[in-house]
Amino acid sequence: MRETFVDTAGALLDERPRTAVVLADISASAFAPAARAHPDRVLNVGIREQLMIGVAGGLALTGLRPIVHSYATFAVDRAYEQLKLDLDHQGVGAVLVSVGASYDGSSMGRTHMSPADVALIDTLGNWTVHVPGHPDEVPPLLRAAVEHDDSVYLRLSDQTNDHAYEHDGGRLRVLRQGSEQGTVVVAVGPMLEPTLRAVAGLDVTVAYTNTPRPFDTAGLRALLGNRGVAEVVLVEPYLAGTSSGVVGRALVDVPHRLLALGVGRADLRRYGNPADHARWHGLDPVGLRASISGFPG
Amino acid sequence: MTTAPTTSAGLGPLLRRLTGDEKHGPSAFSTLDVIWVLYDRLLRVDPENPDAPDRDRFLLSKGHGPAAYYAVLAAKGFIPEAWLDDLAGPESRLGHHPDRLLVPGVEIGSGSLGHGLGLGVGTALGLRAQGMSQPRVYVLLGDAELDEGANHEAIAYAGATGLPNLTAIVIDNQSASHGWPGGIASRFTVNGWTASGVDGRDQDAIEAALRGHHRNRPHVVVARVEPKEG
Repeated sequence: MRETFVDTAGALLDERPRTAVVLADISASAFAPAARAHPDRVLNVGIREQLMIGVAGGLALTGLRPIVHSYATFAVDRAYEQLKLDLDHQGVGAVLVSVGASYDGSSMGRTHMSPADVALIDTLGNWTVHVPGHPDEVPPLLRAAVEHDDSVYLRLSDQTNDHAYEHDGGRLRVLRQGSEQGTVVVAVGPMLEPTLRAVAGLDVTVAYTNTPRPFDTAGLRALLGNRGVAEVVLVEPYLAGTSSGVVGRALVDVPHRLLALGVGRADLRRYGNPADHARWHGLDPVGLRASISGFPG
Repeated sequence: MTTAPTTSAGLGPLLRRLTGDEKHGPSAFSTLDVIWVLYDRLLRVDPENPDAPDRDRFLLSKGHGPAAYYAVLAAKGFIPEAWLDDLAGPESRLGHHPDRLLVPGVEIGSGSLGHGLGLGVGTALGLRAQGMSQPRVYVLLGDAELDEGANHEAIAYAGATGLPNLTAIVIDNQSASHGWPGGIASRFTVNGWTASGVDGRDQDAIEAALRGHHRNRPHVVVARVEPKEG
């Protein structure tokens, strides 16, 4: 996904004089050709993430559309106050593109993990959040994001689904239809593939989105129909429960049970590869099947 | 109504409307002379068109104690004088830290220290990227504010990238808890900035220092005022 992002951002720099890219060394070599072509609009500030977001805010104040990029843990966790004040409080926006996702950088340890990034973004005002599940989903999402001035968080991952799905404005897309009384499972981004494998033979509906914010609450309500008590499972590739509040508010007048699966809060203090971490957090097909088939228990 | 003051001494009545304080004259406000010189002599800004793309920018990074700033904005016609009478009231647009979305002419909302210089660097880069070489970006900081590490990210990068349209102004009232051994200016000059030290109460000297920037390097003016009391 990172390569697709770099290619698309480079094309946007060529096509749209309003776009600028701000980096803090991460991916700077990949952007070197774009920087040669647009030295005033590809800005690598060095390993300075507070400044990276501050610069983005300043660029936006002059009318440019900044695309800011780093590891999630540096761009969001480390620079949180800059996101809050240098973008939101100034009334300007940016397109924030992260890599590293939750445990893509597992071999580098906890310091390079950011499972809480979307939860942190959720504390800010009205950000759009995209979590593509396939590299081919990245270009249309990025292109749509530079068309306006609001803030967008584009969360790239090395974990991918087998298929890309067309950008349709963030609506839930039903990929597996269960019975009218069965559980509705919403899989976000790269969690789709393990979810589909997990539910083989179970009576569940699986819906996919790569745009958890704004969450397609109308689509979810429509999917639930007129069940007596709706059973909803969220499968998210970041902190478990990140979307619980959104779904709870959407279903405030609908009797429901909610199971929110995702990455746990504990620092496991383990390296290994992303597949190991998926297993440890119960996000591999075996773990997901155990959780979903045991719900509501 | 009062008539618009033509000197900073004339700001007294406006400041009293903000603070209700009869004892302290304009000299009680550490930033007053610098802000007055900027708005009276240097900034190309227009209260009738405060968002003109090619305007100069003044970013008050040190958002604490903005009374002098508000008084100058009122004196220069950016805000009605009547706004000064209800500082931080529930319906007031003027708070103890300024909000750019509430106050015409205010370029950034500030208060949390260490944000203005990064935003100023981005603003200077944005103007440069759009081919606007005339507008200048001025960022006002305090000597204690320099404690915040975000400033040092901005100082190093602005020097490295040679931003010619950026001026930082540090009001030095010796309030940093651990001081700045070797001087404040050296933090900037070691990164390639030009620097001027000036008596922060001498308006002609302030103007000369602010005009003393180099053609292809960022510039800092360290304006020394009396030590902060208490």
